[in-house]
Order: sequence, then structure tokens, then C-alpha cells
Amino acid sequence: MANMCPYGRFTHAVVRGVPETFGKAAGDDSEKGETSVDLAKAQRQFGCLTGALRQKVGLQLIEIPADPELPESWRIEDVAVIQGDTALITRPFKQQRRGEVEAVRKVVSELNLTVVEMGDSGGATLEGCDVLFTGREFFVGISSHTNHRGAEVLADTFKDFAVSTVPVCGGARLRNICSMGGPQTIIISNSEGAKKTLRMMEQLTDHHYEVLTVPEDLAANCIYIKGPSKLDFLLHRPAEECPESVSAFQKLQDYTLLPTACSEASKLGGSLSSLCLLVNRKLTYF
Amino acid sequence: MTSESGADSEAKQPRENKETEKEKGKAKAAAAAEPASPQNQPEQFPAAAGHSTPARKEQEQQEVDQVSHRSSISRLSRSPLKGVKKTKIMECKVALLDGSDFTLNLEKRARGHVLFDKICEHLNLLEKDYFGITCRDVENQKNWIDPGKELKKQIRTGPWNFAFNVKFYPPDPAQLTEDITRYYLCLQLRDDVVSGRLPCSFATHTVLGSYAVQSELGDYDPEELGSDYISELRFAPNQTKELEEKVMELHKTYKGMTPAEAEIHFLENAKKLSMYGVDLHHAKDSEGVEIMLGVCSSGLLIYRDRLRINRFAWPKILKISYKRNNFYIKIRPGEFEQFESTIGFKLPNHRAAKRLWKVCVEHHTFFRLVSPESQPKKFLSLGSKFRYSGRTQAQSRRASSMINRLAPLVERSSSKRYNMSLSLDGAPIAENHETPMKDSAAAGAAKILTKGDLITTVTTEKKAEEEKAEQEDAPTDAAETQEPTTPLRHDTKTDSEQTDFAFDGEMTATESDADDDSEMRTQDTSPPEEMLKHQTNISELKRSFLETGESSPGLTEWEKRLSSSPAHSPRGDEAPMIEPLELQDTKDEPPASEETKEEVEPKTTKAAEYLVKYVGDSVATDLASSSGLHGISPSTTMDDDVFMDGTLREVDEVAEREEIKVSPGAVRQEVYQAISDKKGTLIILKEADDKVDAEGKETGAAGEEEEPALRGEAEGGENEAVMGVEIWSPKMEANGVTQIKGTDSPKKAMASWISEVVKTEATEVVGASTKASDAPQPGEEVQTEQSKSGPSQITPPESSTTSLAVSTLGWVPSSEKGPPEPEEKVVVATETEAAPAESTGPTGCDVVEVGTKEVPVVHTETKTITYESAEVETNGDVDPGVLLSAQTITSETTSTTTTTHITKTVKGGISETRIEKRIVITGDTDIDHDQALAQAIKEAKEQHPDMSVTKVVVHKETEITPEEGED
Repeated sequence: MANMCPYGRFTHAVVRGVPETFGKAAGDDSEKGETSVDLAKAQRQFGCLTGALRQKVGLQLIEIPADPELPESWRIEDVAVIQGDTALITRPFKQQRRGEVEAVRKVVSELNLTVVEMGDSGGATLEGCDVLFTGREFFVGISSHTNHRGAEVLADTFKDFAVSTVPVCGGARLRNICSMGGPQTIIISNSEGAKKTLRMMEQLTDHHYEVLTVPEDLAANCIYIKGPSKLDFLLHRPAEECPESVSAFQKLQDYTLLPTACSEASKLGGSLSSLCLLVNRKLTYF
Repeated sequence: MTSESGADSEAKQPRENKETEKEKGKAKAAAAAEPASPQNQPEQFPAAAGHSTPARKEQEQQEVDQVSHRSSISRLSRSPLKGVKKTKIMECKVALLDGSDFTLNLEKRARGHVLFDKICEHLNLLEKDYFGITCRDVENQKNWIDPGKELKKQIRTGPWNFAFNVKFYPPDPAQLTEDITRYYLCLQLRDDVVSGRLPCSFATHTVLGSYAVQSELGDYDPEELGSDYISELRFAPNQTKELEEKVMELHKTYKGMTPAEAEIHFLENAKKLSMYGVDLHHAKDSEGVEIMLGVCSSGLLIYRDRLRINRFAWPKILKISYKRNNFYIKIRPGEFEQFESTIGFKLPNHRAAKRLWKVCVEHHTFFRLVSPESQPKKFLSLGSKFRYSGRTQAQSRRASSMINRLAPLVERSSSKRYNMSLSLDGAPIAENHETPMKDSAAAGAAKILTKGDLITTVTTEKKAEEEKAEQEDAPTDAAETQEPTTPLRHDTKTDSEQTDFAFDGEMTATESDADDDSEMRTQDTSPPEEMLKHQTNISELKRSFLETGESSPGLTEWEKRLSSSPAHSPRGDEAPMIEPLELQDTKDEPPASEETKEEVEPKTTKAAEYLVKYVGDSVATDLASSSGLHGISPSTTMDDDVFMDGTLREVDEVAEREEIKVSPGAVRQEVYQAISDKKGTLIILKEADDKVDAEGKETGAAGEEEEPALRGEAEGGENEAVMGVEIWSPKMEANGVTQIKGTDSPKKAMASWISEVVKTEATEVVGASTKASDAPQPGEEVQTEQSKSGPSQITPPESSTTSLAVSTLGWVPSSEKGPPEPEEKVVVATETEAAPAESTGPTGCDVVEVGTKEVPVVHTETKTITYESAEVETNGDVDPGVLLSAQTITSETTSTTTTTHITKTVKGGISETRIEKRIVITGDTDIDHDQALAQAIKEAKEQHPDMSVTKVVVHKETEITPEEGED
């Protein structure tokens, strides 16, 4: 299928700047008020990430300006799920985040993607950080922010693929414990909860994946991209943030490793992948 | 098409007749049958003509079934027919994948494969194993026509309308040998897509559509095609202008692509769709939530709405069964679980449950096994137990690799028709078994006269992995032994997972794939993940092999690899509880595998001892061994089985087995004679508990609680059999299987196992001990396993199977048997394991009691010959152990009823799984009892390679005296 090329081919990345309200957002989230974040540092880290994507990996970068009214809008991954030529605009769990979709919708339309709206069908909620696309199938972690109905809409949108639901333990989000590390490689945390999720994924899948386990949860979220130059890039958390796990990444043969700091976003539950939407506009048919 | 009503058909008939005339073709049958119908005659041509002619739709026949018909023509035709023969001719209308109809006449009593073969011939299709015929039932549900059964029995009402469909979607269509096969697969998929059964995204619709257009219309050519050509074709359930435009855009880029290439591209895309080849069934889970069960090549998928919520790969499934409208799967224990779990689903009705069950059995067999499991002996009974009887994918591929013809011309031009048809047909999805039955005919329905009860003893499994490994080995050996003739058998076992298929009701048929079975038995808990990996590896291996396309007569590379691969053993551990499947694991040891003899030999040695005994007994045929009734202790039973096997083999293989058993052969002969004399005889294999009296009932009684229930059921079904008092299977049909988990004490089961020995076979009793000693021999894994497990284990199962095959029937279909044999072997291995525990009893135990009343032909005398290996001690079950579970499964065929008791017990650190199988064969004199018995034993062995035949009771009622006391 046109849509079924190996995971990792991307041409564009869509990001959204870190607003000055960073960390204050969460309106009702009292917990987050307690965490102290360094706005400047967050913006610096954001800059490093986008720089790596553009200059190292070679993607075309589309940056949506930050919006102070939307303190969590930097977590752009949540508001859209993009696969092939289709973008599903999601319905975030929190009411105040739903405004974030508008700008994203506009961008993906301009990219000529087919836009599908999740809308309010049956109370569906889904956030991108609960979705893992492996190139062959989707796994959706049912969490506090993503429900069964949301997963169904996803399945209806991407009919070519199997969409499996998996449990995620301890209030974590699926993408916080695992990510793709290659066309057939899943990087996953070594925690008990992650193992449980992994077992379920193994049971549900028809395909074979290599599994790279890392001792730290934070390290499990990476960004893998097979750049235009056909090189394998892996953006991962640096040694300062995940001292135990860096060695694991060394096992990936012939990869270009790009340590990318993300400590501030991480304090708010985000991670590397939270900060960007990856798009492939060079769909290859065969 | 199916439902066209009478009016339609009537109207068409005249026209059709004309057409037919024009076109030469008539149904062969018709031609043959009606020599003189005035109208028809001119037209009739040699039967062959009809098929070969392309005349698609109209084709042959107008002939009408006499049954239904109205037109004068039909009447005419009838009368002639009647004059000539009494065979009735039915008109069959088959909706083909291109949307056309194919009409032909068949004898009313024709079996499914006749129709299927004719269709394939018409389509010029050689790789036909992936296809099948469906027909709509009253509920408008599609059902697959069983090739081995008569069509009329599968069509309850209404016209004989069918559809030709893809039944097994090859995971990798590129591996199909011929373009024409891919062409038909494409047509099926196009219909799947248009009907919505195969959901896909817009982009995919576009791509698939464009390749379909290229395949059908060739290069884009606006002048020839016009601008609107695309709207005449259908690509999607909801086709939009936008889609058509996109399709056209892509179509333009394909210039120069041949139709065959386009189809390959089409399939390469289609196969990646998540719902490719998934056969969906509505169901509810245990909590009443609506779900869908999807059966596919890799296993069973569970969907809730569109989401996949669970998946059970075939290797994970130990058993599949259904009862009433419930469908059950027993799952292999997970990594950290101790016991297997059973998951139940509710289907809308009984028929739906059965349909799902059948589809699962077929898919499992086709994709997971190297060769079909138990069907080998179709003769008698298999009817009742439904099994997939066709070729498996592995076999099909091998066969296809032999195809040696120029690529046939594929007429693809019919697109428009196709379009039209699509709309009409809508959804041809059904599932069927397409495979033609190999030898269904023989099975026949014999009357009751003879019944053979085969009881196989259960083997105790030691949990220890080592043992498992051994077991696995053993099975392989067994397989090997059997295989001598055919390598194919090995293949069957490749996957070696055992999956039992239980039918409604009582019948439980367990399928064992060699690997799984052994695993299952041995290990209560098996590491799932590992298994999965293994499996995947194996499958990969398989693929590679398959791809290589080995068609060599001997062992194929594939087989060899299987046998040699170390991986097998691990799997073995994982293997399913009940029945050992012959898996690759088994094959690991394969080197020997080729040589059935080797295995046999070990057995033979044992056999020899027994044989001797038998000889004495057998000679006396009638001698009622004092112990005739004695149950055999489980371990003993094993031995007994072995004996049986040994004897049989000996007879057959005597030469081969040279080592020990020359003598056995003699014995067998004697037995044979005895048996032959007794043709009407019933053979009852009873467990130790049950004394094998001539009366089948008694045997059945054997102690197992389960049995009674089964019997009751069986009786209903088997009433036919005179003797067959105790027929377990409730349902006459093979399909129904009931699993009963009884609390029955394992002991009983163990003790009770009695296997029936084919009459001819003469029971060979091989002391388990002997066998154990033999184990060292060549090799067969089985032997080794035995040795490991315990002295007493018996390889017999294998041997018995072989022997049975040979001796009884001199089975021609060695190939068929082959597969079963492997299974059997596996079983054996397991048994052996079990045996060790029991070992004490085994060696000595073989007491064969033959109580045969040899009553020659005279009165309806009933002769009962019982061959038992009875170990009283064993019966005693020194250690009752803790009963974990017990279940009884009964399956019936017209002439054969099989009851299987599976008991799991834990003694000390050892868990034993004992499988007792009782087979009652009932039949009229007409039936070749010996064959039936042999088949039954084979089947049993196939299912449970480890089993030993404990007791064979031949109960004959002589015809002369009518019904007098049988006993």
C-alpha cells in the first residue's frame, strides 16, 4: 500500500513554539503548578530539537507560533495522528486543550493531507501520546485521556491497519514508555508496567519487532527518522538525563544518534515526541 | 445467484438448452445418464467437452434435476435417465468469481469434491486448495461445502446454487505458482473490497482500483476506453468521482504493465491490509459484549467494534470446541500461569458456533499443519468428526511446485460482467473447505455389525522439561516410523502444535500437531513468549522451505529440516496438553524419521514379546483371556497400545522390523484370520476397568464417568450399530464434539484405556519394559523418549498405526496415513513419559486377554475377542494423585464412535495426562471391519501418537442368526 512503507520515512516536521505560559497552563491542574519549570531552558531545548530535525536530519520544518492562550500547545503530538496522507484531528481530553487543534488543522490541510475530524462522536477522546504507530499497525493505550471510542474513530480513519488497544499501567501514557527505534524496532522501558504493555502488544501483533529495552522510562521515548539521505537518525535523551540508557542506544548499528535534551518538557509529562508531528509527503506507491 | 427462484430458472431453461446445444457442453453426468432424451441428445457431447469449453455462463446443462422440476425438457431427460439408471441428476448453478454462472449437472448423490473438481476444471485451475464452494443456508449464511460429503446432505432446501470462493487466503500470494490462481484470488479480493468485507482507506482503494483496471483493461487508452470507462468498474463500497479520478490518474502511469504484473501488485497491496483473509463471525464474550471473532491464517482475532482486543495465534490454542451455541478455545498457559484457561464465546446459534468451529479447524490445519491430521481414514467415519481433509498449504505448495504446464491463458476480459455480478453477488465470503476429500467414499455407512472400541491409554506426562523433550523426540520417531512410505506425514506435524477440536456434544477430537501436543501434555505451564518466538522462527523456516518448493518424493528438505532442527524440542515443551502434534520438534530427531522401521523396530522388540503372548492367545482367537475384561493400568495401557502397534506393524512391516518381531507377523496372521472370520465382529477396546466383553456397552462402561454420558449420546448416534451399544458420540455427525470435564479419577481413565486392535492386526503386545530397553535403538526419538521416560513406555502408537495401516488394509493411502502416523508418534512420546511414572506396571502388564468366541458363521453369534493388556496393578493406581482435570470427548461417524477421555493428574511432582480413547466401530457385514478398525486405530493414534492400544475387543454377530443375543 501506498501507506505501508516501512516506518520512519518523513519529510516534514510540524512543531509549535513554547509559550511564555509554559508550565502555568494546565489551568485546573493544580499538581502542575507545583512543578517549577525553566521557561528559557525549555525554549532552548525546543530550539535544539527543531534544529536537529532541520539541520541534522534534514526535514522541512513547519513551526506554528506559540500561543500564550494555549499553554500546552507545544505538545502538538496530542492533537493529530498522521499516517500516510491522512491526518486525524483528535479530541484532547481536556476541554481547554481543544482549541489547540485549529492551527494544526490548518497546517496539515496546507500539506495536502486528508483531514479527518474526530469531533465529538460518542464522547470520543484521544491524544496522540497514547498512540504508537509502528508502520504496520496502531497500538492505542487506553488511558485517562484516551478512551475506547477514540480508538474506534482512529480505527475507522486508518482502515488499512489493525488498531489494537493495550493497557497502560500507572497512569502513564503509551508514548512515555515506548517508541519506535527503527522500522521494526520498538524501544521500551524496562519497568514492570511497560513489560506488561509489551506482552500485550506481542500477543496482539501479527508482525515481528525487535525490542530494545532501556532501564529508564524517560529514555524510552525517542524519535526515529529515516532521513532523506537514507540514514537512520535517532533523537534520544542525553546521558545527563538518562545515564543508564545511553549505552543501549549504542547497540543500534549505523545509527546517527542525536542526544536531545528535554528536561523541562519532561517535567510536565512531555517528551521528545510530544514536541513534533512527523509527516511524509513523499508517499511511494508500489 | 443462489437464490434465484424457480421462475427464473424455469425461464432460463429453454434458453439454456439451446445454448448448451450450441456449445456442446453438457454435464457429463447428464450425458452419461441420459442417453436418449430427445432434445438433449443432439447436443450432448462427450462429457469432457462441456468442461473444457469456455462457454461460461450457460454451459452445460440444462438438465434438470428431476427432483425439482418443471420444464418438459427436464422431464424428458428424466425418463431416459431412469430407464438407464436410477441416478438422479441435479442441476447445479455455481456463481464464479468473475460474476458469471457455471451450470452443470451432477448426480444427486455426488459429493462435494465432484462439483469442486468440475468447477476447477472449468476454470482451468490447478492450485485449487485455496478455494472452496459455498452455499447459502436458510439463514442466508454462507457455508462451505464439505468435499467429502454428499451435496444433497449439505443443501437442506432450495435449488442447488453455489458460489466458488477463496477459502484460504494465502498470506503471500507471490508464492502461488500460477498467474491464473492469482487472477482468481484477485477477483475474490476485488469483491471483498467492493462488498466492504475488506475495509481499506481511500488511498488503498485508489491503488487497488488502479491495478484492477490495468489488469482488466490493459493500458490506459482514452481513445479506446473513452473517458468514462472507469465508472463502469467498481472499486469501493462507496465509490466517488474523486476515487475514480485518482484511479485513472494512477492507471495512466502503468503503461506496459501486463495483467499478471498488475495482479501481483494488487495482491502485494491487498495482503497487507489488516483484514486480509480474516473471516469474521459475530459473537458475544462471556460478559455479553458484542465482539467479532476473526479467523485467519495466523490464528484467531478478537475484535470489539473495529478494535483488536485480543489475538490467539494457533500455537497458543490448545483446543477448539463448541457446544450448542457456545464456542470455546483453550489457551496455553502464559509464562507465569500454571494452567491453561478456557475462553468461551456465545454465538447467535448452534449453527453459527459449528460454522465457526469448522472454519477454525480448517484454517488451523491448512496453515499450521504440514498435513491434515486425523482424517486419513475417511472410510468409516470420519464423517462425524469433521476434519479438514484437503491439502494443507504446505502440501499444496509442494504440489504446485510440480505443476508443469505452460501458463494457461487467462481470460480477463470479463470485467464488465464482473462489475455487474459484483453488485449482484455482493458478498461471497463464505468459508469452506475446498479440498476434495481424498477417499471419502470408502467410509461409507456400514451398518452396525461390527463395532470396535479402541481405547487408548493416556500417557502421563512428566512435567520435567527433559521429559518433554524426550517425548517430543519420541513422537518424531514414531512419525518417522510411520513415514517410511511418505515423507508428507512429517510435514503435517511440522507445526506440531496441538490444537484439539472438539465438537459439540460429545465428540472431542483433538488435533494434535506434533509439537504442541507433546508440549501440552508435558508442561502444564509453558512459556508463551518463547513459544511464539519459536513458532515464528519455525514458520520462517517453513516458508523458506516451502518457497524452495521441494517436491522430492522422499523427505523434503523441509521435512528434513524439521526433523533436524533443534528448535523443535523447545516447542515440544510448550506443546499442548492433550495431543501431541508432530511438530518440527519431533522432527528434530528426524534423521531417523524417514525410517519408520527404526521406530517400529524398537516397538517390535516389545511387540515380539507380546506377540508371543498374542500368538498363543490369538491363535485361540476366541480364547477368552481371563483378564479379557481387565482394565489395563495406564502404564500398561501404554504398553498395550504399543503392542497393538507393534503387531500391526509387524504384520505390515514385519520385514522391516525384523529385529524383534518376526514372530509377531505370524501372530498377526493368525489374528487376521480370526478377524477375517469374524467379519461381523465388533471390536471393542475397553479400558482395563471395563472388561471388554463382546458387548460394546460394557466396554464403554469402563469406569470413566465421562463415558456414561458420552455413551448415552453415542448411543443415540450409533444406534445404527447393532452391537454398538455403547456409542459415545451423541451426534451422528462427526462434527459435534463435547468436551466433558469430568472429575473422573484419572486412574480410571488410565486404567481403562483400551485400544482396539484391528482384528487383522492382531494385537501386538509389547511390554513397555521391552520397549524401554529398545529405546536405544535407531533412533527414533520415540524410543529414546521412552527410555528416558520410563521403561514401560510404549512406542506402540506409532507402530500400531503403521501396522494397522499395513496389515489391515494394506493401506494404499500410505501418504495419508503418514501424517497421522507422525502424530501418533508424538502421542507415543507423551505416553512414554506418562508411562515412566506408571512404569512399574507396564512391562509385566501386557496381558493380552483374548476372549474371542470364535463362532464361525453360524448363528448370530457374537464373538467377542478382547485383546487387553491388563495390568492390574496399574489399574490400582497406586497413587491416585490429584486430579486436575478430566474431560471426555466423543466423536461419531456413521460407523465409528470415538470417545476420548482426557485426565490430568498430579502425582507427586509429576503430572500425568492420560488420554483414553475408545473407538467403537459398528458396521454391517458389508463393511470391512478390519479396515474400519485399522482406520479407527490409525486415527486414534494420529490424534494421540503416544497412545497404546490396550484392548481390542472384537464382537461379531454372525449374520445367520438374526439378532439373537449378541453376547
